[in-house]
Amino acid sequence: MPSSVEDQVAHHLAARARWRPLEYVFWLAAVASVFLLPGRHLILTEIAWLALFALSLDLILGYAGIISLGHAAFFGLGSYAGALLAKYGIVTEPVLALLVSGLCAAVLGFGTSFLVLRGSDLTRLMVTLGVALIMREIANQIPQLTGGADGLQGVIVGPILGMFDFDIFGHVSYVYCLIVLFVLFVLARRIVYSPFGLSLRAIKGNSLRASSIGISVNARLVAVYTLAAFYAGVAGALLAQTTAFASLDVFSFERSADLLLVLIIGGTGYLYGGLIGAVIFKLMQDWIANLTPQYWQFWIGLVLVLIVLVGRDRFGSWTGGVRALAARMLRRFSGGVAPVPVPPGEGR
Amino acid sequence: MLTILFDGVAYGMLLFVLACGLSVTLGLMNFVNLAHGSFAMAGGYITLVLVNRAGVPFFAGLPIAFIVTALIGALFERTLYVHVYSKSHLDQVLFTIGLVFMSVAAVDYVMGSQQVFIEIPSVLQGRFEIFGIGVGRYRLLIIVVCGLLTVGLQLILSSTRFGSRLRASVDDARVARGLGINVNAVFTLTFAFGSGLAGLGGALGAEILGLDPTFPLKYMVYFLIVVTVGGTSSITGPFVASLLIGIADVAGKYYVPKFGAFVIYTIMIIVLLLRPQGLFARAGGK
Repeated sequence: MPSSVEDQVAHHLAARARWRPLEYVFWLAAVASVFLLPGRHLILTEIAWLALFALSLDLILGYAGIISLGHAAFFGLGSYAGALLAKYGIVTEPVLALLVSGLCAAVLGFGTSFLVLRGSDLTRLMVTLGVALIMREIANQIPQLTGGADGLQGVIVGPILGMFDFDIFGHVSYVYCLIVLFVLFVLARRIVYSPFGLSLRAIKGNSLRASSIGISVNARLVAVYTLAAFYAGVAGALLAQTTAFASLDVFSFERSADLLLVLIIGGTGYLYGGLIGAVIFKLMQDWIANLTPQYWQFWIGLVLVLIVLVGRDRFGSWTGGVRALAARMLRRFSGGVAPVPVPPGEGR
Repeated sequence: MLTILFDGVAYGMLLFVLACGLSVTLGLMNFVNLAHGSFAMAGGYITLVLVNRAGVPFFAGLPIAFIVTALIGALFERTLYVHVYSKSHLDQVLFTIGLVFMSVAAVDYVMGSQQVFIEIPSVLQGRFEIFGIGVGRYRLLIIVVCGLLTVGLQLILSSTRFGSRLRASVDDARVARGLGINVNAVFTLTFAFGSGLAGLGGALGAEILGLDPTFPLKYMVYFLIVVTVGGTSSITGPFVASLLIGIADVAGKYYVPKFGAFVIYTIMIIVLLLRPQGLFARAGGK
């Protein structure tokens, strides 16, 4: 039976979207960490929401090519929304509150996405940065609601699904964050391998050509920006729920800049970049902060400078090398055709 | 009312001196230098050490701050920045944010994290009244110095050989290279000069803006707003933008203190919406 070109393309795309053995290993390791590292659940919780946050930036930076210096705007909005919902008992069930917080952030993302569509990289940097600063200023100016510079205190988060209470060791919160991360990751994975995700890659590659083959560039960018805002909002709400606190710090420029570093360490454009980057970044930050509590920013800055000078592609390719090696070994064991690993995309 | 206008003009002039180097480097090499504020901070701290600790007169401290910062700028440009020009905007942003973080932590380590003040001579303290306008002497000095600098810069740009080379390089670096202009040398010189101006601005502005290790982060936004609103193709654009933002910021903080910080961000976003290339972009420019 001769297969048409369309079948071949469909088959190729389906093969690309298949779960690879290494991905199972990654998530099994994540599940194993719940049982093997019970004493480290607090930092693992932080890694989990940071990974989700980085994943959301990867959606717009790695797939759509939008540089953002103000992604903390959505994270912060989600964080305050999550904390306020719990504090005033509007939505007491955490999972539902997560969704509501994410939707709040998505609304802001949808509104500001039209600003981001315009202009060059520099304009985008400025607009995203400006939005984050305005959000911070708003939170600062309505202390009766947000607690102002003191932060929002007295948040009591109800039990998850009415059954599981948060404990002080972070066991419940880690499992909770991990499940949320996994669910949203699977969703993001579906999206980026869908025709919609492929069209985003086309836009990132060359938006002029993308529009000439019939992709409505602006509508796609608005959609993915809104989606990323939703993810960031959920990540922020996770932070608020697991720490029962929200402060102006969630909007800070450093948070957006650190997030870029997280994503760059892991590599952009293959979803796992944010996750791996979050693990490395948190462990590195923990380690450096133990050595020099006051000056750890210096070393973070040094890492950024070195990454750029050495070359982000070369730096990011170590994960590519590891993945290629693993794929070769698996092929030897299984005898099947190993999928070609997707190289980490360049941020233009 | 006029006093506010006067303070706003002083503030705007200061912003212009701080930011005009950034606007030229951005226009010339299409390079996003978020670390520009670090040079301003360096200038401020150099003057602080000279004036407060070594007893150098304030008026001698300012030119030294300019020269030393310009040298630092040239050094950084030749050793570090030169590797990053050809990279993507994302890389440039990461690189310069890294530099900002390093400078903030390094200054914190050497000078301490508290806010510091440069001792200004008593001649410059206080204020007097002309036609009912309260004029701060220090602010008057800023307006005079910055005004002279602006006129000087405009003259250099419009009527010297270097100025025309610079304008040619900004308009189209490739063609300028083809005409035998050494664009790299032009750029190094401009970068050093811009850094020096930032250092001078940091030294002058320490009294008004305050000086502490987080200076580059706090004012990065202001510099970028000046550049994006003013455009990068001339220095008139950033100049008008600086005045606009200076006056709007001072007036906003005075009349509507609760919304003071929103004013300039709102101006920025509106301008970017209406004129994505800046208020004064020329047609056909890059």
